[in-house]
Amino acid sequence: MGPPPIRKANMTRPGPSKIHALAMPLALDSGQVLEGAEIAYETYGELNADKSNAILLCHALTGDQYVASNHPITGKPGWWERMVGPGKPIDTDRFHVICANVIGSCMGSTGPASIAPDGKPYAMRFPVITIRDMVRGLVALLDGLGIEKLHAVVGGSMGGMQTLSLAANWPDRAQRVLVLASTARHSAQNIAFHELGRQAIMADPNWQDGDYYGADAKPDNGLAVARMAAHITYLSEEGLTEKFGRRLQDRDAKSFGFEADFQVESYLRYQGSGFTQRFDANSYLYITRAMDYFDLAEEFSDGPGGGKLADAFAGTTARFCLVSFDTDWLYPTAESRHVVHALNATSAKVSFVELSANAGHDSFLLPHDQLDRVVRGFVE
Amino acid sequence: MTRLRFDLAAIADQIGREKQGARVLDVGCGDGALMAALEADHGADVRGVELDPVKVERCVSRGLSVVQGDANTDLANYPDKAFDFAVLARTLQTTNRPDKVLEELLRVADVAFVSFPNFAHWGTRAALMFGGKMPVTNALPVSWYETENIHHVTVEDFRALAAKKGAKITAEWNFANERAIGPVGANWRAEYAVFELSR
Repeated sequence: MGPPPIRKANMTRPGPSKIHALAMPLALDSGQVLEGAEIAYETYGELNADKSNAILLCHALTGDQYVASNHPITGKPGWWERMVGPGKPIDTDRFHVICANVIGSCMGSTGPASIAPDGKPYAMRFPVITIRDMVRGLVALLDGLGIEKLHAVVGGSMGGMQTLSLAANWPDRAQRVLVLASTARHSAQNIAFHELGRQAIMADPNWQDGDYYGADAKPDNGLAVARMAAHITYLSEEGLTEKFGRRLQDRDAKSFGFEADFQVESYLRYQGSGFTQRFDANSYLYITRAMDYFDLAEEFSDGPGGGKLADAFAGTTARFCLVSFDTDWLYPTAESRHVVHALNATSAKVSFVELSANAGHDSFLLPHDQLDRVVRGFVE
Repeated sequence: MTRLRFDLAAIADQIGREKQGARVLDVGCGDGALMAALEADHGADVRGVELDPVKVERCVSRGLSVVQGDANTDLANYPDKAFDFAVLARTLQTTNRPDKVLEELLRVADVAFVSFPNFAHWGTRAALMFGGKMPVTNALPVSWYETENIHHVTVEDFRALAAKKGAKITAEWNFANERAIGPVGANWRAEYAVFELSR
């Protein structure tokens, strides 16, 4: 099966994913209601008779449901094939793995590129969503699939935020909660980088206040710059130095111009333009907004900025495991420890380990034997 | 399963005698041998704290709940009396402030177990007295410049510290050559000691 052809601006249904139409309108944190939402998802491994072996995987900002199958647009292998599959740490011979595209995204679930009831794309009329709204969509999917209790919920980065949100807001739905390279709140620095990305998109003349779906050109330049900036935050200085150093790209001397003289520039440009092939700029605005709004303690308090994170997990019976990476400066170890301390305060069963890896935030996606053993042992 | 190390076996047996299904915090839990035994034999609900990430990974991959953390700082995050028992096995002498760690153990748990190598054992005394060098013995096998033991302690020192902290010693075990010995002359004869304390 070869990859389907690359789709143009409207990327509502790019892949062969299963689609679940939500039975009920989705009531959102903003007070708005999303009618007729659909969730696109993939599954791997068989669901057992009593539906007790399901593992929900939550994807990251620009991730999707293609965990262990080829991406329909890029044709590349799934984003976590090294972790999920027969005999892998998340073993699909034993577990039924579900991964759904979050609402607001652009890989088949309802988002700003989807067609609104009036027959036109939502664009910026799409309601602003939160991490908890994404999880509401996921829980509605589980309801639709008849899965009451997950064997585990697993996620890295933004997927980890969804995982924590599910554990806090739907404490009966998961027995095990595995959170990799994530945080319970977005920091000022996290918000700042996202704002940079959003401004790059909105400053692109092709953005057209979000109404570019019928146009000849998309805000690709803005989206590419947003991706380049974000990509830097996913890597470590050590990793960049090791991979690129100050080496020049396809030349022996500096050009005294503004081409991509350095390998690192060339790499970032490639990452940026490649990203525009598979991602919708408006989805990037909405999802980064949702991440910036995320503050799990605040959800369990009376007012903005307040709350004790421990209150989010009061009375939980799930087992938790958090993993951070020593070179991750996007969601550094201190953020994971913050969650661990809150869980300690509620006497929850929690494990935590900081692993050493030089790839920064992206380390959770890359080969790491210790990570494999922790994931396998925890998911068991 | 391999047999528990003698000091851990004494602690496990005592916890089993006193309470089944106890909540236990094992500080410096290593590879989780005591935790696994307490869960398997006594239905205990056990959490661990361990500094070494490799050991933490080993614990997590065998299904134990262990947090990578530091006995010097991370006990502060546990609420008062969150546990029935807190265990500090062969870790006291490696902490920055053993007195404060002991305080924290007795804050987070009703009962604390502490085991340590006894620096006043006759072999240690003899090595220092006749060799004139920091002892390298069975119980203290690492040279002074690379040992993790930064606060050597004796049985008598520990009893004094417990008294100063208002902690009651409710049981005591002493070991030489990995065998239990009687309490008489323990400060001379014991290579290792285990104390059970409460307030």
